[in-house]
Amino acid sequence: MREKPASDVASSPEAVAERFRDCRYIADEPLATAVFLALRLGKPLLLEGMPGVGKTEAAKAVAKILGRDLIRLQCYEGIDAQHALYEWNYQRQLLAIRQAGDADIDIYADRFLIERPLLRSLRHPQRTVLLIDEIDRSDHEFEALLLEYLSDFQISIPERGTVEAAEPPVAILTSNRTRELAEALRRRCVYHWIAYPDPEREAAIILTRAAGVAEATAAAVARAVGTIRARPLAKPPGISEAVEWANAATVLEKGGSPWPEAFRRAIGVLIKDEEDLAYLRAELPRIVEDALA
Amino acid sequence: MRPQLPRGCAPFLDLVHVLRRNGFAVSPDQTEGFLAAVTLLGPRSMEHIRRAAIATLAPAIERMDAFDTLFRAVFFGEARAAATGGEDEEETVVKDRGAAEMGGEAPLQQEKGGAHASEIERLAARDIAAGDRLKRFRDQLPDALPRRRAFRRLRTRTRGAVDLRRTLREIVRTDGDLAAPRLARRQEIARRIVLLLDISGSMRTHTDELVTLAHAVRQAAPRAEAFTIGTRLTRITPALRLRDRAQALARTAALVDDWNGGTRIGPALKAFLAVPRFAALARGALVVLASDGLERGGHQDFEAAMRRLSGLAHRLSLATPLAGDPRFRPETAALAAVLPALDDLVDGSSAQAIADFILTLNRPAPKASAVWKETPHAACR
Repeated sequence: MREKPASDVASSPEAVAERFRDCRYIADEPLATAVFLALRLGKPLLLEGMPGVGKTEAAKAVAKILGRDLIRLQCYEGIDAQHALYEWNYQRQLLAIRQAGDADIDIYADRFLIERPLLRSLRHPQRTVLLIDEIDRSDHEFEALLLEYLSDFQISIPERGTVEAAEPPVAILTSNRTRELAEALRRRCVYHWIAYPDPEREAAIILTRAAGVAEATAAAVARAVGTIRARPLAKPPGISEAVEWANAATVLEKGGSPWPEAFRRAIGVLIKDEEDLAYLRAELPRIVEDALA
Repeated sequence: MRPQLPRGCAPFLDLVHVLRRNGFAVSPDQTEGFLAAVTLLGPRSMEHIRRAAIATLAPAIERMDAFDTLFRAVFFGEARAAATGGEDEEETVVKDRGAAEMGGEAPLQQEKGGAHASEIERLAARDIAAGDRLKRFRDQLPDALPRRRAFRRLRTRTRGAVDLRRTLREIVRTDGDLAAPRLARRQEIARRIVLLLDISGSMRTHTDELVTLAHAVRQAAPRAEAFTIGTRLTRITPALRLRDRAQALARTAALVDDWNGGTRIGPALKAFLAVPRFAALARGALVVLASDGLERGGHQDFEAAMRRLSGLAHRLSLATPLAGDPRFRPETAALAAVLPALDDLVDGSSAQAIADFILTLNRPAPKASAVWKETPHAACR
């Protein structure tokens, strides 16, 4: 991938939005502004929003428009320094000590160091985009661990000293907001809340992502999904589900199902909760018909 | 000598000051970032300034309305009554969210006068009578709560896996001699307990005891959380942090606006689940709802909220005063509907009964629906 300087890509929020479109990601103006500011201020970007609104995809698109490798750290409950920063290969160290006998050996040499995503992003020969995905799933202690990295783009390894990035990576954090993040973490970042798109933008996203879908189908899906999201569901459908629904309904329609029926039969790719399905069952035909009208 | 900032910066710094005065945490770094962002964006419109402010000052999404009100107040001179108020951020969010979800009036606009004062006196007086009945409970609770494995590792001498890092360091330190490998095991921590206390009119005679119990729980289990539910949802944990019981109860009385009001358990629980950080408190926790379950109107919200809580919590229990009667059966429409979601349906007729139940939470028990099906009249533990 050919790397592009951030200042070239991010000459203005409009230029960023244009680049996003080139990467088949339809970004609204506030998101383009937040990415522009993060790139120009050299700060990490924190994207919050409901599941399925395109936070991770936005990070992938940023990597693409900058022409950089994406390094991803998926967070989960219990993640710690060994999984995020680095780890020593203890077995290898023990074997090396045994093999060396009386000879001197540096057991903290590079060959004994296992790089994890944060360290890899600092020592990568080229500048990278680091995605710290679903940070809200990790423990509070892990957030504290990230502070040094996000402030100074450096990691302290007691046995080796401090590892600094020659060129700091572009760090993007995502959160589904299942819990509140620490203020210390938030204030180090440029912040943006990604909301569900309006029907027009969602239709444009569907057309970009699902090649075989007709314009009218995309518009109908976007309208119906907007109506469904307004209902009190346990799991409101995300954008990717809307794209899949449009795809699935198109496949069924080409297979011989007439239009409203194709949408109803493909509902399983949109709604993935039994109680939500039961709740919508009676109302769905009307929602689909209204959307198609 | 203080550095002089350009005069053009003044409105932006005004916004920062106004935000701070209204409970938004804005650090100097963020202020600097805000000014840099404004410069980068031109700015060509007020919307650019707003976007720069949101991106760099990072207000929580729940407080975005208040943020926008303050922004308009600073830059457009609009009135900002709705966003002002010196209350603690935690309390405001809880009350605001609860009120908004349930269609109630804005809590900050409510009068605070004699009603609260008499409530404080009443609670404090009854507190003296309560004495130290719960002292034994407080002593026993830390050991009685169910535990879960935490991620941190503890050094240990006898149990656990080999701690390779420490073992290797020891080998290097002792030049290859190692008497025994170093061991470590995962730490265990007590599960969080979340108390949801119904303070509606029908629970009037139990309210004081419930708050006293919540104080005892909070003092014995520092990760415990407590909320009152009536016509709205109020997080009372900050008040219960005070060690002195009389002070804690007085603070609680002042914090809660809807003592002895109507019962809207379903909407209040929905409001609880609608705030992501509150819902997150219930994840893997022991959730105890102290309520008679007498829901006004339909019980669909109550049922849906209990189902969701059941999915989040490690154990969901309903302590109802009605179960103190040996003839009690969960036959009201609301109780019958929520029974499948419950792990326990127990006697909640007194603080002592609930305290005794809490002390048994680390013992496995059959689901409430099974208990009440098999032994209908003697099921109340």
